[in-house]
Amino acid sequence: MDLTALTIDAARTAIAERKITAGALAEAFFAKIEKDDPRIGAYLVVSKERASSKAAEIDKLAESGEKLPPLAGVPVGIKDVLITRGVRTTAGSKILGNYVPPYDCTAVRRLEEAGAVVLGKLNCDEFAMGSSNENSAWKPVHNPCDLSRVPGGSSGGSAAAVAADLAVAALGSDTGGSIRQPASFCGVVGLKPTYGRVSRYGLIAFASSLDHVGPLTKTVKDAALVLHTIAGRDPMDSTSADLTVPDYLSEIEKPVKSLRIGVAKEYFGEGLEPDTRRAVESAIQRFASLGCEVIDVSLPHTKYAIPAYYLVATAEASSNLARFDGVRYGYRAPNVRSLSDMYRRTRNQGFGGEVKRRIMLGTYALSAGYYDAYYLKAQRVRTLLTRDFEAAFAKVDAIVAPTTPTPAFKLGEKVDDPLAMYLADIYTVTANLAGIPGISIPVGKTREALPIGMQIFGKHFEEGTILRLGHAYERAA
Amino acid sequence: MRVGEEDVTYVSDLANLELSEEERGRMLRDLNSILEYVDTLNELDTGDVAPMAQVSERYGVDNSKQGSERFAYATRSDIHEGLRKSFPRDVAMANAPDPDGPFFRVPKVIDRP
Repeated sequence: MDLTALTIDAARTAIAERKITAGALAEAFFAKIEKDDPRIGAYLVVSKERASSKAAEIDKLAESGEKLPPLAGVPVGIKDVLITRGVRTTAGSKILGNYVPPYDCTAVRRLEEAGAVVLGKLNCDEFAMGSSNENSAWKPVHNPCDLSRVPGGSSGGSAAAVAADLAVAALGSDTGGSIRQPASFCGVVGLKPTYGRVSRYGLIAFASSLDHVGPLTKTVKDAALVLHTIAGRDPMDSTSADLTVPDYLSEIEKPVKSLRIGVAKEYFGEGLEPDTRRAVESAIQRFASLGCEVIDVSLPHTKYAIPAYYLVATAEASSNLARFDGVRYGYRAPNVRSLSDMYRRTRNQGFGGEVKRRIMLGTYALSAGYYDAYYLKAQRVRTLLTRDFEAAFAKVDAIVAPTTPTPAFKLGEKVDDPLAMYLADIYTVTANLAGIPGISIPVGKTREALPIGMQIFGKHFEEGTILRLGHAYERAA
Repeated sequence: MRVGEEDVTYVSDLANLELSEEERGRMLRDLNSILEYVDTLNELDTGDVAPMAQVSERYGVDNSKQGSERFAYATRSDIHEGLRKSFPRDVAMANAPDPDGPFFRVPKVIDRP
């Protein structure tokens, strides 16, 4: 048995049947990380002590013959924007270089309570701002499918870790595509749930109305398992919805026959790489052959999504990142003359180029005289984009589209052109603005053997439907 | 050009960022290129469109969901969570760069001439 290649489902079964111990499984991952991660760069911290003690706890339970929790002994990695008590959490930024959080974020706590073993913290773009992981203050991540290429971002470490068997599953965050885009680039499954489905408590904030926590996994069933564990109301996040969490494991087994699938031409326009188009179109054919009804829909405002997104996201970021002032936690610049000098130097030395660019753009969009023209305008367009989805979902149960217009690009290719980098998110930001769930699943490879991802969007809180379609596709493939 | 040198100075002051000369030049170029792209939003007449600040206000707008759990949630009354226990001070301050007992020590606030 290749221990590090196991899915969540296989790993938990092997542990429950006492074929392997949680301790041995964790050790296999530590060894694999030590051997392979130097060329990938997925991990920022390996939390051996925390992982070993959790694994020992699970093995003790197993020995005593007690019923094991649902994710007992499953080794997972956590994106470094999700805080972990006692384990250094930097959000990929120098300004939090020595930050050791005093509490756990809710999603991590729920995973551990369900028996998962936290292997460590995964590399990401600084404050989750980026589409290539090249904005990490610490080191780049290399795509396991082709080391000269980016893994996508901002959850690049999470996607690479799952793709390279350095974790069975990972948690990421998605503000404009940061789970789905790297999942697509690395050939794994990535799920952004509905806004409000999963608590954001303990997620270091980037843009609070767009931030989501979700899983990156090897299979759709694994994504369903993780979502089921982390979803649901949390009193610590007032935006987490107090709605029943369905049993996603039984949801995915329901038939997909006669589900109505929408295809929007706006997602198949100029700039879509031909192999990606072919792969997604043939996936749509597969849904048709599974008995789904394929219907044309229109999302006419799609081309305005990127400009609206970059105004809303940066405005919220400029406000959220005001807390990094060198006073209460994090880096403080030395040799300063006054308080105001300290703020400025701390922030200038602590933040990287892309973070400063977004703070500047967001501050400008919110400043007197420009608020109506930029921020308010973008919020109005956000309404139009959301209405597009509402109108389409009156006719269909799900909408399919490519996750990204191109496969993974080369490291360094877009670092000098922020606008070109932003356009990598063109198919993903709409779901964040509307708050609808989206999943990216692998649907083949380009001629250069690079993974291609297809996205399935669903209605608010109907993750069950998109997981069901993803699962049916995977089984038919 | 949407923004000039003086705008970069004004906005970096608002944002408490002290940019180097090189950074300022690059920021000027990048902001102008992004703002020019963002101007495509002006093709849309949004005079009658309400701004959307957050997602949950849209959970219940689809009429087909009236009477559903989701609709009820979107139109519910406020929930009072009450007070929660907070961290002990030493735990909350453990990451401070320059603590002084129960205080955060900071450089001089006012510079006398």
